[in-house]
Amino acid sequence: MGQITLQNVQKSFGPVHIIKGADLDISDGSFVVFVGPSGCGKTTLLRLIAGLEDVSGGNILIDGKNVVDVPPAKRGLSMVFQSYALYPHMSVRGNIAFGLKMAGLPKAEISRKVEAAAATLNLTPYLDRKPRELSGGQRQRVAIGRAIVREPKAFLFDEPLSNLDAALRVQMRLEVTRLQKQLGTTAIYVTHDQVEAMTMADKIVVLNGGKIEQYGTPLELYEKPANLFVAGFIGSPKMNFISGEVAGRHDAATIGVRPEHLKIARDGEGWPGNIMVAEHLGSDTFLYVDAGAIGPLTARHVGELDLSAGDRVLLSPDPGRLHRFDETGKSLRA
Amino acid sequence: MAHTPELSPSQPSGSLHRMTAPALQPTETGTGTRQTQLLARMLLTPAVALLFIWMIVPLALTIYFSLLRYNLLDSESAQFVGFENFRYFLTDPAFLASLQNTLVLVGSVLGLTILLGIPLALLLDQPVIGRNIVRLMVIAPFFVMPTVSALIWKNLLMHPVSGLFAWIAKLFGAPPIDWFNDIPLFAIILIVSWQWLPFATLILLTALQSLDEEQKEAAEMDGAGALSTFIYITLPHLARPITVVILIETIFLLTVFAEIFVTTGGGPGLQTTNIAFLIYSQALIQYDVGGASAGGLVAVVIANIVAFFLVRIVGRNLEA
Repeated sequence: MGQITLQNVQKSFGPVHIIKGADLDISDGSFVVFVGPSGCGKTTLLRLIAGLEDVSGGNILIDGKNVVDVPPAKRGLSMVFQSYALYPHMSVRGNIAFGLKMAGLPKAEISRKVEAAAATLNLTPYLDRKPRELSGGQRQRVAIGRAIVREPKAFLFDEPLSNLDAALRVQMRLEVTRLQKQLGTTAIYVTHDQVEAMTMADKIVVLNGGKIEQYGTPLELYEKPANLFVAGFIGSPKMNFISGEVAGRHDAATIGVRPEHLKIARDGEGWPGNIMVAEHLGSDTFLYVDAGAIGPLTARHVGELDLSAGDRVLLSPDPGRLHRFDETGKSLRA
Repeated sequence: MAHTPELSPSQPSGSLHRMTAPALQPTETGTGTRQTQLLARMLLTPAVALLFIWMIVPLALTIYFSLLRYNLLDSESAQFVGFENFRYFLTDPAFLASLQNTLVLVGSVLGLTILLGIPLALLLDQPVIGRNIVRLMVIAPFFVMPTVSALIWKNLLMHPVSGLFAWIAKLFGAPPIDWFNDIPLFAIILIVSWQWLPFATLILLTALQSLDEEQKEAAEMDGAGALSTFIYITLPHLARPITVVILIETIFLLTVFAEIFVTTGGGPGLQTTNIAFLIYSQALIQYDVGGASAGGLVAVVIANIVAFFLVRIVGRNLEA
């Protein structure tokens, strides 16, 4: 079991409010990603759940029990740190076994559990090596092994993949997701990478300035962003925002169109503009268009388009995929 | 660290290696490199030559004098006696006594400074008000000249009549300890430890500050209490700085002199005479330059033996 509930959780360091009241309900077995720009409080929120920081207000419930006064080790959670935080003088075996040893388990049982965890993560050949003799990906797996061996109620991941190179990151992303589904353990995962968030999460929490902007499935966030911030943060390339007269025609202060929902044409209807840069990726074509009074627009076309910088194009938004926002940035639903 | 890619910048392993990385090691390719090599050698030559002369002249003279019967009271009759001085010095009962005193002094001061330095460093690592001032005060004894500190200890603290310790003893109705007569070697050990404790504390403190915070947090998540964290995380992390403290302190503790000279003058009897003091008394109390030179060379050999065993015992901690 691993159901985690946050009730108006607050955290301030002196006069600075890092977390301004977070309410959240994480159901058992789900994979939840905290995503947001640097300094949005996502890591702080994770550390509050872990117990590495004390809350300034509010409650944290694990399986219905308030744990704000419970020390980290007693909360039944385990954490994978950004730096892995492996114990450098211990072997891989020692690293994975440390938590069990501290819990006072019998030696035979520790050994059995460590072997099992190592087998799950393909670490068996490395059990007697020291962390410094391992590659980045292997160290990462040891850190995960240390987390799973304790059979926690939930895993907490603090940007665990940010130290890996791009190819390894994609691979570890898949491995972590697969492992979590296989174990069925609740996981909370902090990242600033929205691709990681979209691909790994059952549900995403978008944080900004210490507030939860939106909590929902990846596609909910993509299709129905609650406000301008979420709309701009989720999706790559970024959503185009247009304000002024054009938005007024749609009864909104700002309208948003994702680059993939702009139709590109050489003639006919649409907003006219000149291509500033055209990026040809083969699978996609990205056009950066100067659309005069409307402003700069980004358009995405799946497949190849025979257009280059300087060409004149007409862009028309898919009317069904138009996002409307009021003056405060909140989303308007039809 | 060439064999392992250092992915996380916060992992402290190998910092010493990086420090000693051979930055000046010449590469063999290109004419430009050969020119810089030549230039480097030319520029280094005067300094190396000076250092070499600085070392070789005293050494050669010491070896020369050690083979002479050369007494300052009778300097006219200096004559070559072969290894007679060495035989005399090594069979002198004072030699074994002072060798033992030297080893006891070195060992005790090492033990005291490390055993007290670790808790002190742990305390100074805590965020307390006025931490910088406290740190400065802890380091201060290191800047006091040995002669001065020995005088202060002798006259203000350990004096059996007017010393602070005597006053405290009398406060409790106990007879004051006559430190330099009753327990002279222990008194010297206390003084020298007081001087070297700041050094050990400082080295250990900087090491503690480089301990990865996330490692301690990981241990906390793993359920390790304060004691377990200290034993399993902090102490292994301190293995290398402790080694550094042992090696550096040993170099200086083998040659402790001023503290002994000022307080006990090697006595009572031979109780506080170490090798350095024995050589001094041989040369400047007995005016036996030949014997003192032989003693000096013996001291060099002893220092090398100690160094050899030290590196064997603790040196592997330095290999990352």
